[in-house]
Amino acid sequence: MSSETKQILTTDGIPLEVSLKKAEKKNKIKAFLLVAPLLFFLIITYVFPIGDMLFRSVDDKMVTQMLPKTFKAMENWDGQELPDEEVFAAFHEDFIKLVEEKREGKLSTQLNYTKNGFKSIIKKLRRASKKFEEGNYKEQIMSVHKRWADVEYWRAIQRRAPEFTGQKYLKGMDMYVNEEGKIVSVEEDRRIHRVLWLRTLEIAFFVTVFCFLMAYPIAHLLATLPMKYSNLLMICVLLPFWTSLLVRTASWMILLQQQGIVNDFFVGIGLVADDNRPEMMYNKTGSYVAMTQILLPFMVLPLYSVMKTISPSLMRAGKSLGGTPFIAFWKVYFPLTIPGIGAGCLLVFILAIGYYITPALVGGASGTLISNQIAFHMKSTLDWSFASAMGLMLLSGVLVIYWLYNKIVGIDNIKLG
Amino acid sequence: MALKKDFVKFDKVDKSYDGKVLVVKDLQLDIEEGEFVTMLGPSGSGKTTCLMMLAGFETPTNGEIYLDGKAISSIPPHKRGIGMVFQNYALFPHMTVYENLAFPLRVRKIPKDEADKKIDKALSMVSLQGFAQRMPGQLSGGQQQRVAVARSLVFDPQLVLMDEPLGALDKNLRESMQYEIKHIHESIGVTVVYVTHDQSEALTMSNRIAVFNDGKVQQLSSPDELYEKPVNSFVAEFIGENNTFAGEISDVSGGKCKVKLSNAEILANPISVKGKGERTTVSLRPERALINPSDKMDNIHTGKIEEVIYHGDHTRVRINLLGNPEFILKVPNSSANLDIKLGNDIKIGWNSDDARALDPK
Repeated sequence: MSSETKQILTTDGIPLEVSLKKAEKKNKIKAFLLVAPLLFFLIITYVFPIGDMLFRSVDDKMVTQMLPKTFKAMENWDGQELPDEEVFAAFHEDFIKLVEEKREGKLSTQLNYTKNGFKSIIKKLRRASKKFEEGNYKEQIMSVHKRWADVEYWRAIQRRAPEFTGQKYLKGMDMYVNEEGKIVSVEEDRRIHRVLWLRTLEIAFFVTVFCFLMAYPIAHLLATLPMKYSNLLMICVLLPFWTSLLVRTASWMILLQQQGIVNDFFVGIGLVADDNRPEMMYNKTGSYVAMTQILLPFMVLPLYSVMKTISPSLMRAGKSLGGTPFIAFWKVYFPLTIPGIGAGCLLVFILAIGYYITPALVGGASGTLISNQIAFHMKSTLDWSFASAMGLMLLSGVLVIYWLYNKIVGIDNIKLG
Repeated sequence: MALKKDFVKFDKVDKSYDGKVLVVKDLQLDIEEGEFVTMLGPSGSGKTTCLMMLAGFETPTNGEIYLDGKAISSIPPHKRGIGMVFQNYALFPHMTVYENLAFPLRVRKIPKDEADKKIDKALSMVSLQGFAQRMPGQLSGGQQQRVAVARSLVFDPQLVLMDEPLGALDKNLRESMQYEIKHIHESIGVTVVYVTHDQSEALTMSNRIAVFNDGKVQQLSSPDELYEKPVNSFVAEFIGENNTFAGEISDVSGGKCKVKLSNAEILANPISVKGKGERTTVSLRPERALINPSDKMDNIHTGKIEEVIYHGDHTRVRINLLGNPEFILKVPNSSANLDIKLGNDIKIGWNSDDARALDPK
């Protein structure tokens, strides 16, 4: 009875618990030191960049810092009519400073994101500002270009006052905050991002389906064939894995182009007319074909590893108990492969949703995905904050899918090997 | 109605996997309805292949198998209606015990209330009532095995095949399961074909045992006959313990034969030897040789005790006898036998009837 409550001591008289902790401490430190390099690596290459991305996507300090006095003066402006002289004077003061530092170009780029037409009027203002006289800046600035007398443009400047903004996310959904401060969609013919999101989901979904349909029989064969054949087949599955992604995509270009091997073959067997060769590349078909082939191993391997663990006697038991081969497969074998199907589909879908190189090369205009748009903003427009916002939207989309999967199938049911 | 003598019939069945080696050679085997027949043999002897051919997972290369008078080689496994218990149970791991048992009934479209009754009955037969909603993974090895047995019986098959079903269980559990399966067999009268490499299992459970070696049935007989009267030296060696003397027949007369060993001559019972000059292996069960023999025994020889191993209820004594240093004797543990000491000479005797002169090894 009392022994339960009594502290157990070691022979040295130290409480056992303390002694145990002490003994384990060394091992814990050792274990931590072993994972420390990876932890460090992950923080540097993963946590930090994602944090930075998150920050960039909402960061809007640049304009705030470029026009500090203007925004201070604008605090008293109701935004209904043109601001008064005080705001114009402050803007002038900020602007002169920017010109001296040669940063007015950046301002024009930034303001142009908010509203088109800033670029030219800022250029004009720079030239004109050299001859400005002191006082009555409102008149002088308004006389540079008629847009400077348009209250819309001043409201556009005012919208850039906060240090943080969610407008990049809205832009990613083809929405924006209009003059009345309401969130609305852009005009129908300019909704490029929604189309891209939907297409990305569509292509990722169908690539997953195609991969599944093709990988299931292969994986089954791999798991059931005798060793010497299955090894050969495994090499066939893995061979593309060991080949450079670019090489594989380029070979699809050779195969699929209008004068390519596949088309030649179709013409040769008389399936299509020579002058009516179908376009199999630079459109969705190209993306489907190439991505399915490239992502196939990611479906085969998890399926294979799960099927390998299913004893052949289970199918036999199913048949000996009176199930037709189909029933034995559907009721016994298939349910047991669900963890592999889940893992494979999730893997392929998530990889496909963020796929970049292949759609960029063979996708053409109708086969590109959201990641190509992200790359475009990273490299061409240099709108990194927008690219970051879209990247994060993609990331959260993946997390939502993961969450949904966990709700429906259960993440414990995933088996990668 | 009389029970059919040849309920299951293997007729001149050959089986080869690679076209070069026959794993089953010219198999001829009749199994009676309601019988418990065990196929016993070392691994690679073809016994499992025979079972798989009967179940329909392998096809005979030659010959035909009949079940209840019908040739079944062209019938797929799921239409044979044979229950089967697999070596590693082969329970469906994603189904509960209930669903496992319901599987064969569902595919036969048996109505649910009737199926439930059958499942209850099958579970109570293996004393697993109340386990219906468990998953196989939550059961112990023995319980899983019982579920597998129940599943193979739940759809009332005429024939149940068991492929080393107790191989994965520990010794005690295996023994109690042996009796349990035997009792189930006795109570429902189903025909059972059982495969094992464990001879004590075969002896305990079977009505008849077919000893397999090298693709052939060496002997098909009841357990006692198999043990007492092996027809060749493989069976004698494979079943139970065995003392052997290799020698040459020097005389056959009056149902007895004289066998000349390297340094002595013994009397034996000629089983598979015909005449003088033939090589033979004489087989003698350890318990048939006695210490302190009576004078009536026609073989009495003296050997030296080489080893004494205490086994609780009996003592195993290894004796160097007539040039055979591996002669084993089982001595019951009684106070009369306390003078067995290492290095002592000892007198041993047996009846020539029990020493069976078989084919040479």
